[in-house]
Amino acid sequence: MTTIAKYTLVELVNKIKSKEISAVEATNAYVERIQKSKNLNAFVTLTLESALEQAKKADESNKKDGVLSCAPIAVKDLFCTKNVQTTASSKILKNFIPTYESTVTSKLWNEGAILLGKLNCDEFAMGSSNETSAYGNVINPYKNNNDTLVPGGSSGGCSSAVAANLTSATVGTDTGGSIRQPAAFTGIVGLKPTYGRCSRWGIVAFASSLDQAGPMTKDVADSALMLDVISGHDEKDSTSSNIKKGDFLKNLKKNIRGLKVGIPKEYIVDNMPKAIQSLWDKGIAWMKDSGAIIKNISLPHTKYALPTYYIIAPAEASSNLARYDGVKYGFRAPGKDLIEMYENTRAQGFGNEVKRRIMIGTYVLSSGYYDAYYLKAQQVRRLIKNDFDNVFNEVDTILTPTAPSSAFKIGDKREDPIAMYLNDVFTVPVNLAGLPAISLPGGLDEAGLPLGLQLIGKPFDEQTVLNAAYALEEKIGFQSQVKDWWM
Amino acid sequence: MTINKATVKKISKLARIASDEQFEDFMIKDLNSILAFVEQLNELDIKNIEPLSSVVEQKLFQRDDVVKKINEKEDILKNSPVKNENYFVVPKVIE
Amino acid sequence: MTDKVFDYYLEGKTGRWEVIIGLEVHAQVTSNAKLFSSSSTKFGSDPNSQVSLVDAAMPGMLPVINKYCVEQAVKTGLGLKAKINKLSKFDRKNYFYADLPQGYQISQFKFPIVGEGKVILDMPYGSKEVGIERLHLEQDAGKSLHDQDPQNSFVDLNRSGVALMEIVGKPELRSPEEVGQYVKKLRSIMRYLNTCDGNMDEGSLRADVNVSVRKVGSRELGTRCEIKNVNSIKFMQQAIEYEAKRQIEIIEEGGAVNQETRLFDTKKMETRSMRSKEDAHDYRYFPDPDLLPLELDQDYINNIKKLLPELPDEKKARLMNDFGLSSYDASIIISDQEISTYYEEVAKNSDYKLAANWMIVELFGILNKENKEIKDSPVSAKNLSKLINLIKDNTISGKIAKTVFEDMIKGNQDPVEIINKKGLTQQSDPKELEKIIDKIVQSNLDKVEQYKSGKDKLFGFFVGQAMKETQGKGNPKLINDILKEKLK
Repeated sequence: MTTIAKYTLVELVNKIKSKEISAVEATNAYVERIQKSKNLNAFVTLTLESALEQAKKADESNKKDGVLSCAPIAVKDLFCTKNVQTTASSKILKNFIPTYESTVTSKLWNEGAILLGKLNCDEFAMGSSNETSAYGNVINPYKNNNDTLVPGGSSGGCSSAVAANLTSATVGTDTGGSIRQPAAFTGIVGLKPTYGRCSRWGIVAFASSLDQAGPMTKDVADSALMLDVISGHDEKDSTSSNIKKGDFLKNLKKNIRGLKVGIPKEYIVDNMPKAIQSLWDKGIAWMKDSGAIIKNISLPHTKYALPTYYIIAPAEASSNLARYDGVKYGFRAPGKDLIEMYENTRAQGFGNEVKRRIMIGTYVLSSGYYDAYYLKAQQVRRLIKNDFDNVFNEVDTILTPTAPSSAFKIGDKREDPIAMYLNDVFTVPVNLAGLPAISLPGGLDEAGLPLGLQLIGKPFDEQTVLNAAYALEEKIGFQSQVKDWWM
Repeated sequence: MTINKATVKKISKLARIASDEQFEDFMIKDLNSILAFVEQLNELDIKNIEPLSSVVEQKLFQRDDVVKKINEKEDILKNSPVKNENYFVVPKVIE
Repeated sequence: MTDKVFDYYLEGKTGRWEVIIGLEVHAQVTSNAKLFSSSSTKFGSDPNSQVSLVDAAMPGMLPVINKYCVEQAVKTGLGLKAKINKLSKFDRKNYFYADLPQGYQISQFKFPIVGEGKVILDMPYGSKEVGIERLHLEQDAGKSLHDQDPQNSFVDLNRSGVALMEIVGKPELRSPEEVGQYVKKLRSIMRYLNTCDGNMDEGSLRADVNVSVRKVGSRELGTRCEIKNVNSIKFMQQAIEYEAKRQIEIIEEGGAVNQETRLFDTKKMETRSMRSKEDAHDYRYFPDPDLLPLELDQDYINNIKKLLPELPDEKKARLMNDFGLSSYDASIIISDQEISTYYEEVAKNSDYKLAANWMIVELFGILNKENKEIKDSPVSAKNLSKLINLIKDNTISGKIAKTVFEDMIKGNQDPVEIINKKGLTQQSDPKELEKIIDKIVQSNLDKVEQYKSGKDKLFGFFVGQAMKETQGKGNPKLINDILKEKLK
């Protein structure tokens, strides 16, 4: 196997700029692997021909501008890409071809990156295992003996593709953990920036007050580079922060001496697998070893984060998904009148998890229930945010496990929605508070499956989060164990 | 607050999702288990807590009153399920 | 006029009823671009040619508010003497309809931009203050065409996203006339402020009319019905009359009025229940997570206040105080900003009362006959002013002035020129008039006798003769005075 596909993004860009490898060579390296990896089902749409054309043009014109110069990148199928099918992994958007490009992906192309294709995900980003896609399950490049495993979700296609070296890097979205948890399940780095750091314009909306785009990469330096590219104020998004852009890669450093790291006691959950606890302990030790100061902290309302999330996110989603009605774009089912057309279109066009969330969301907003559910959830949300605000007076970052287990077998949790939702227990509080957080691979469990460690930061302090992760990454020395068994 | 068949039918109507026996049965089950799960929030005393609807702490950006792009008709109608040069076409609505 | 008393009561079989009416007026904001997107708001364009990705609710689209629309709402609030809320929020109103691409309308539910205010109506029985509950900003919907195709409806989203101000009035109106005056007043205020053109034909102004009835003397409000989307004052008034009678009939026959939404059928001239709104609408309002709260500071509000033009009520008070006009005349002059501008131009250099009179009677007479607006007046303010001065200084009589006016309207001719050309200058020389009158008296001694012995009506004969002798140019007052002297 060509080693080109194993390079990190930073390495690849440097080699392309120095002309050590050509754009076509780089693109071909990925194209070949993608063509042999259909079994992972990571992609919904491929743009391999146009990718090679662009690479060819770049080589011919000798234009290797941009900080992502000719890096081949695939993106989650939630980002609207101009003239390239965008489905949100749903039947209801099948054959939808946007006439516009999302702000985040525009930034990637403006810096020279080349689109490989659109990555599979849970339908409308609703899920934690990439088992709700209308285009089939995505498979984790890690196996447990003969069991095929989930890659996590909702950005399962992203995590699988990065871990399997089918792309040099990717962008996913995170609403309740959808970047971090799949990153943990596949042994890669996933960063959710502070809410408002990246523009949401052109991203298929799931839960507007929680959604955030973020990089999923092979290592922390790549994550910093991607964040430099995709972050920034966008006037077209009223929730986009006008805070000054950082210079994350440039300021990335491993010295975290004196950094105050909080360990929240409420993250010790019942039935926590030994491997997870042991990884967390190791993480604490690594931190100490790097000169960080460990502090025990309390985030008292942690356990209420999941129920809060499962009221707010579906409520916002039920409204955001009302536009999928068969009138303007996407799938339309026949109906004798307008109402019947709506009802049939949405019943047939949406999968079960999406319908479940729309129904719950509609219910909690409905007359008579708004105060009891939605309003209450917003009040608890404030308590959760206050918890973080308080502890950030004493610590600079918070260290926790990313997920309560390693990747599980496909089909294992599909019967019980609540069991599925519990996957997000460590990640969801972060979205509710709008904070930045990163997951990096901390080691393997007894079955040889990756486990993730999460670092949570203060609002807009991605630099500290990245630095802490950078230091930890070196200490951990994680090596990918992916073998190309699916080819 | 448990959900029964009548509630499911009502919610499906509001959400414009066609429902049949099978759908109703599995929704009753799932929705009730989600509601049971979120009941925990009632353990908290939130009487005087201000609800949080946005984590963003800045003023709403207001744009200038300028018309951009004169005519996007082609782009707008491009993805229509029923093709028409000028309009979106839907089954008739009876007022 | 002020002796009149409010008298709109309906006689039912079981007694006297009064009608309670509250209006929700939807006024399209005058602006270049839409409320949350940058497409044009122009009326009457090619279908779907003024629709942006945001207006069509494409996946991933987000709203960005238009600062001018915010100003317009604040201006209107100030014009309604209302409280401007320094903190307001946007909420989503969720429902499905073909002309609502998002599946929700961005509106303001709990925290509107403008709070309580008031409007003053000039009724024949005196001034009436009508309370405004609130004003909020919201998106307009697109349009559906149902008559283009037997199987299908066609949707045009040009209007989708245009800024609307919804003005919710308190249920303090009590008759179709009051409703007419209320709408006219709101319209007038917004036209003065240039925040809405009030063009009901183009749909810039429409109203949902809430009607209920109760027995005179009762303090409780009856069940109300909402008549949706009425786009002319006449229809509003007809709808109210029909609806009130319908409700009274139901109650008097022992039934109860259903709270429902109705439409006014302009062909059958009756209201009927809207089939599509039969299921109880649960709009599931919640704060729009794509927007932040709108915060206005006092400086911002003060700056807008400073730039407000003189409003109809202030202008009316000023016309009454400074120009001595009656309340009735002043009301007519202020009803339209262009009319009041014209009036002030005329009155700048001529008698206030004559100016008002000539405008209201003569000029409006012509404008109504020829179906013209004041801006197309065949007579300029300057020339009308001249004419009035010619009357005032006795150059011509009021009667002659009317004939001059008839010529003036043909191409805005200068009255002085007309008078000179036709030799219409009034005969006001007392000596000359005395000579003429003496001659008439001498030639009609028999009639003089008859007049002196009691036939008062003959005075008119002498006046007529004097007019004849002066070819109509005799100064009527002088003729009168001299005749009285001579016939003593």
